[in-house]
Amino acid sequence: MTELTNLTVAQIRDGHRAGDFSAVEVAEAFNANVAGAKALNAFIVETPEHAIAAAKAADADRSAGTLKPLSGVPIGMKDLFCTNGVQTTAASHMLEGFVPRYESTVSQKLWDAGAGMLGKLNLDQFAMGSSNETSYFGNVISPWRRKDGGNAALAPGGSSGGSSSAIAARLCPAATGTDTGGSIRQPAAFTGISGIKPTYGRCSRWGIVAFASSLDQAGPMARDVRDCAIMLENMAGFDPKDATSLDMAVPNWEAALSSDLKGKTVGIPREYRLDGIDPDIDAMWDAGIAMLKDAGAEVVEISLPHTKYALPAYYIIAPAEASSNLARYDGVRYGLRDLPQGAGLQDMYAATRADGFGPEVKRRIMIGTYVLSAGFYDAYYTQAQKVRTLIARDFEQAFASCDVILAPTAPSAAFGLGEKTSDPLAMYLNDVFAVPASLAGLPAMSVPAALNREGLPLGLQIIGKAFDEQGVLNAGLAIEERAGFTARADKWW
Amino acid sequence: MAIDQATVRKIASLARIAISDAEAAAMEGELNGILGWVEQLGEVDVTGVEPMTAVIPNKLRLRDDVVDADPLTGGNRRDDILANAPAPQHGFFGVPKVIE
Repeated sequence: MTELTNLTVAQIRDGHRAGDFSAVEVAEAFNANVAGAKALNAFIVETPEHAIAAAKAADADRSAGTLKPLSGVPIGMKDLFCTNGVQTTAASHMLEGFVPRYESTVSQKLWDAGAGMLGKLNLDQFAMGSSNETSYFGNVISPWRRKDGGNAALAPGGSSGGSSSAIAARLCPAATGTDTGGSIRQPAAFTGISGIKPTYGRCSRWGIVAFASSLDQAGPMARDVRDCAIMLENMAGFDPKDATSLDMAVPNWEAALSSDLKGKTVGIPREYRLDGIDPDIDAMWDAGIAMLKDAGAEVVEISLPHTKYALPAYYIIAPAEASSNLARYDGVRYGLRDLPQGAGLQDMYAATRADGFGPEVKRRIMIGTYVLSAGFYDAYYTQAQKVRTLIARDFEQAFASCDVILAPTAPSAAFGLGEKTSDPLAMYLNDVFAVPASLAGLPAMSVPAALNREGLPLGLQIIGKAFDEQGVLNAGLAIEERAGFTARADKWW
Repeated sequence: MAIDQATVRKIASLARIAISDAEAAAMEGELNGILGWVEQLGEVDVTGVEPMTAVIPNKLRLRDDVVDADPLTGGNRRDDILANAPAPQHGFFGVPKVIE
């Protein structure tokens, strides 16, 4: 029998249902992999007992004939989702020791569907970062290494870097992620797995530690497109506790998966062809175009004229919202308190926030505070929101002539830890292809498509119309079937 | 428009983040780098363009006017709310003395 930890979510679900193995065997196998992978630092908290309890319930449900959609499937939970009774930190010192007394809507849905939790996954602090180097609990290491004989530690991407590293290393078959400006797609691309950010509003934000509320969206990460569809079905859905939750039925994405793209048109945005880009990225993109043609799609060139302004607009809007959202960390109601001897209330706020936030979080709060301050609000924030309208309009106009858009997920393969930390701007530029879809609230996914000359995975991104996750998943499946991406990292940890 | 260290300290004060002189000096360069880069948005012609307010058109819902309609977010949760407070006192959030 195949090693249980090599099975996909669908294979675990179906194999458990068929009686090929027990859910407890599956949970034990993944618990052992988690326990043996400390070197990756993918988990902040391990919860083997939660996984075993859910597995026992799944085995009992099988005997009773009351199986649920994810019975027997253990998953990883990004440590940005509040979990009742289990420490939730957003990888920050500020929330170290914070134990929620409630459960986020998305995680509750997953537990209600029968899934078990292997642990809380590391991430960039408050989800701010693209390499998982801003976590208070240390860097996550990618299981991948360059095929150059060296053993440089590589970034798993960010902010959902614990999720991507854990899935690529077979520590969990699937995990939750959140995507504000590429935090699901870029780490998926860096580690050779799949991940989808659904339309803004599909997944409830209730109980997710807030970063930039008009952009934050939860989504699944897994090894293939089918698993993403299964997970998303069990994460999405209307929630009255989130004011921006979409009041729409959740489609049966898995049942409707089809890689036959006859009658579909794929747009190729000419502005995404950057000068001086890695030739391996361009070659992968061209191969992806050929794959979608082979699946029956027609391919047309499209224009998204404001693409170059997406990233600067994002780095005004996201920090502005973050500076407002993170004002809640005051040392009074929850989280860290730093009260210097003899300090008053204002000094306590300032000391608590100086101590509790890492450098990148402070940088973004400062930028956000500045662009929202009197005298600068219109020049920065209002201008950025107008540009955001234009970016969304670009997509609207492009979708008049195509059904989905194909582009690279990131401008490079995974980089080494420490290679970009000295220059915040160089780090931000890594999200150049991911941010436009975030600003427009559109569904977008990354699927692994090729290895570069260093033997590292590269991802292709599919961007769809609002609410058309199905179109995105189907195009992703067409690529997955043709790319035949089976490479995985050699175990060194 | 470049910002100086005095401005950095002003922003830090607005954001309620204590910073040292060394941090203010380091941040001056970083913030100017980022702000200089976002200045390019000024090139975009936004004549007649409305700033985005909702990325996906969605009506703001009103819930029924019922007390404690949702058991999770309704009332009578004092102990849960105080459970993570760093210095709860007598069923309240404790803070340093504010009024002399």
